[in-house]
Amino acid sequence: MSTSLRPVLSPPETELSPELLRKLHELMVKGRLLEERLMQMYRQGDGYFWIGGPGEEAFNVPLGLLIEKGRGPQYDYCHFHYRQSATLLAMGADPIDSLRMMKNTATDPYTGGRNFSGHYSIREWNVVPISSPIEVQYAMAPGTAIAQKRIAGGRGITIVTGGDAGTAEGDFASCLIWSSRPANPLPVLILVTNNKWGISTHWQGQHGEKRISDRGKAFGIESKTIDGNDPEICYRELRGAMEYVRSERRPFLMEAIVSRLYGHSSASGANRVNDEADCLQGFEHRLEERGLLTRAQIEELRARFAAELQEAHRKVRQEPMPEGRTIFDHVFSDRDLVRERP
Amino acid sequence: MSNMVQAIRMALHVAEERHGVTDIFGEDVGPPLGGAFTATQGLKTAWNSPLDERGIVGASIGLGLAGCRNVAEIQFCDYAFNAIDLLKLGGMIHWSSNGDWNCPMTIMTPVGSGIRGSIYHSHSFDATATHIPGYKIAIPSTPKDAYGLLLSCVVDPNPCFFLVPKALMRVRAQPGEEIPGEPGDDKALSKLIDAPLGERSQWKPQWPDTPDLFIPFGEARTVRPGRDLTVVSYGRTLPLCARAAEELSREEIEAEVIDLRSLHPYDWERIAESVRRTGRALFVNEDTEITNFGEHLLRRTVEELFYELIAPPRLLAGAHVPGIGLADSLEMASVPQLPSITEAIRSLARIEP
Ligand SMILES: Cc1ncc(C[n+]2csc(CCOP(=O)(O)OP(=O)(O)O)c2C)c(N)n1
Repeated sequence: MSTSLRPVLSPPETELSPELLRKLHELMVKGRLLEERLMQMYRQGDGYFWIGGPGEEAFNVPLGLLIEKGRGPQYDYCHFHYRQSATLLAMGADPIDSLRMMKNTATDPYTGGRNFSGHYSIREWNVVPISSPIEVQYAMAPGTAIAQKRIAGGRGITIVTGGDAGTAEGDFASCLIWSSRPANPLPVLILVTNNKWGISTHWQGQHGEKRISDRGKAFGIESKTIDGNDPEICYRELRGAMEYVRSERRPFLMEAIVSRLYGHSSASGANRVNDEADCLQGFEHRLEERGLLTRAQIEELRARFAAELQEAHRKVRQEPMPEGRTIFDHVFSDRDLVRERP
Repeated sequence: MSNMVQAIRMALHVAEERHGVTDIFGEDVGPPLGGAFTATQGLKTAWNSPLDERGIVGASIGLGLAGCRNVAEIQFCDYAFNAIDLLKLGGMIHWSSNGDWNCPMTIMTPVGSGIRGSIYHSHSFDATATHIPGYKIAIPSTPKDAYGLLLSCVVDPNPCFFLVPKALMRVRAQPGEEIPGEPGDDKALSKLIDAPLGERSQWKPQWPDTPDLFIPFGEARTVRPGRDLTVVSYGRTLPLCARAAEELSREEIEAEVIDLRSLHPYDWERIAESVRRTGRALFVNEDTEITNFGEHLLRRTVEELFYELIAPPRLLAGAHVPGIGLADSLEMASVPQLPSITEAIRSLARIEP
């Protein structure tokens, strides 16, 4: 599937260690169960809207593990979209906080009950506020990358993610243009998770280029399309691409072909589809075949996480909702000029 | 004495030298041109961006998120409309993260009519800007205010709009209104900080030693005191209001003229205090009149000062037409001019209850 333009640092062919494979698996299970719990919360009326990434764990988990997380331009900036709970889990987020965001409680540490599920924001880890307008993150990404490029010897990079349909927005082109100017190429890892769908519009009604990664060619951007359903491939390819962006301080465009297992969002019912590959099932078969995990161990893991999430759900149900009078909080970061109106 | 463009340039120099501004950028903002209106000539952190307003606003937000104080220019506000959702995004970074993130950024853009700019170089932006929560908004009418307001923008931890009335860019400061430290002689200043025409790759400005001067947001300036009515304006129409008031004093009409300077936050106390004294209020700006910022001020005037009014408060604003036509007669008919302002003040002053 690779459409690499010129040879890039090819990721080492070495096998990933058994520990890493088990860790990837564990986080993928956790990510999947978290999404299932969030959908359940939606169905039970503990949230107004669900959107997330079941089917993208094979890509999202390795990404989260490889990110250099921290605050400020020495670390990676994350301009994510709304399907990346599994990335956040892999970075170390506590799943109960995703439940809080789902239920829009005052205790939601990301937005205080202001935003939809999946719309994370964590300054401590350079996760910039995820927002609903499609593709705007691709317009912001060059800004953080400009700041990073200036740091002598810096290794921090900017990572931006989004879906395939959204690449029709001008902001995607902005990102390609701004990050590849000969006068100042930027350390941006430009990622597209291609689930082949907009909301209901198939890719054939969205765009004509064979691979979205081909769009990098015109800009001389190293580009590749990978199988986003295989966590081992994703880990290796992301590691290689990140290393390239970190050391060369130049952009890389990667398209990952992924599945969408529960449709677009709760707005389209969030029902399980049966005609798409399930990255988790595939990976579990492989791990069983290789003797790295047994079915019993897998079941035990699932049961444990499911119980934890159920308990977390019970807890979150009791937590307070934000008070209406807090709407004026944080309009400005120095003084609350709106509220100070006489 | 500086004109507004030179004042902006001097403020940006101070901003990059002393206040940590790392990026001043936009279309043709860097060398060799230094900005379509020369406002960014000779600045060490100025650079040319791609011709991409969405990209410019996006990069400004990104830089702000990375803690880099920056000034991003939209070459004409007429071209900011395709970036409205990104501008909105900048204004909600702090709020949507429930106070976790903040985003220092200044969007600088020339606004308004007055240079025969025809349909796409004459739009106003104050109605739009004031409709985007999360921004502080400055619009100067004198070089000194431009200097002091821009410095307030760049040090602010929040997104700011700095709207520059095109018609006032080349207008010189009135005596007594100079920026401390600037040479009094126009030619001397020009020699120091205006790039030579033509080849200028070796040119370096010599900056006069001008001080930190911060004009706070939300502090209007009473340009002219008066007992009969209150005229509130900003930007291009402000000097016209002052002139009209001057002329009308010959008819024994004494209008108080307030330059709002900052549209958010805005100095309601000053407006209210004045209207309580005069009982008559006229709001003047040149943005299209339907859903206009002046309407908001007028609404508060009615709601909060109703029983202190002697006459119905009035708004004089631009005609609600899609653009400003090129021909002189069309521009004159589209936005308030000295005669229409004078007449509005006169008729409001003469209304008998
Ligand atoms: C600018 C904008 N237009 C429309 C929408 C409504 N919308 C939400 S998701 C979506 C489809 C996005 O598809 P894609 O980019 O492929 O990402 P996916 O959701 O499939 O991961 C649309 C049209 C939006 N959120 N923002």
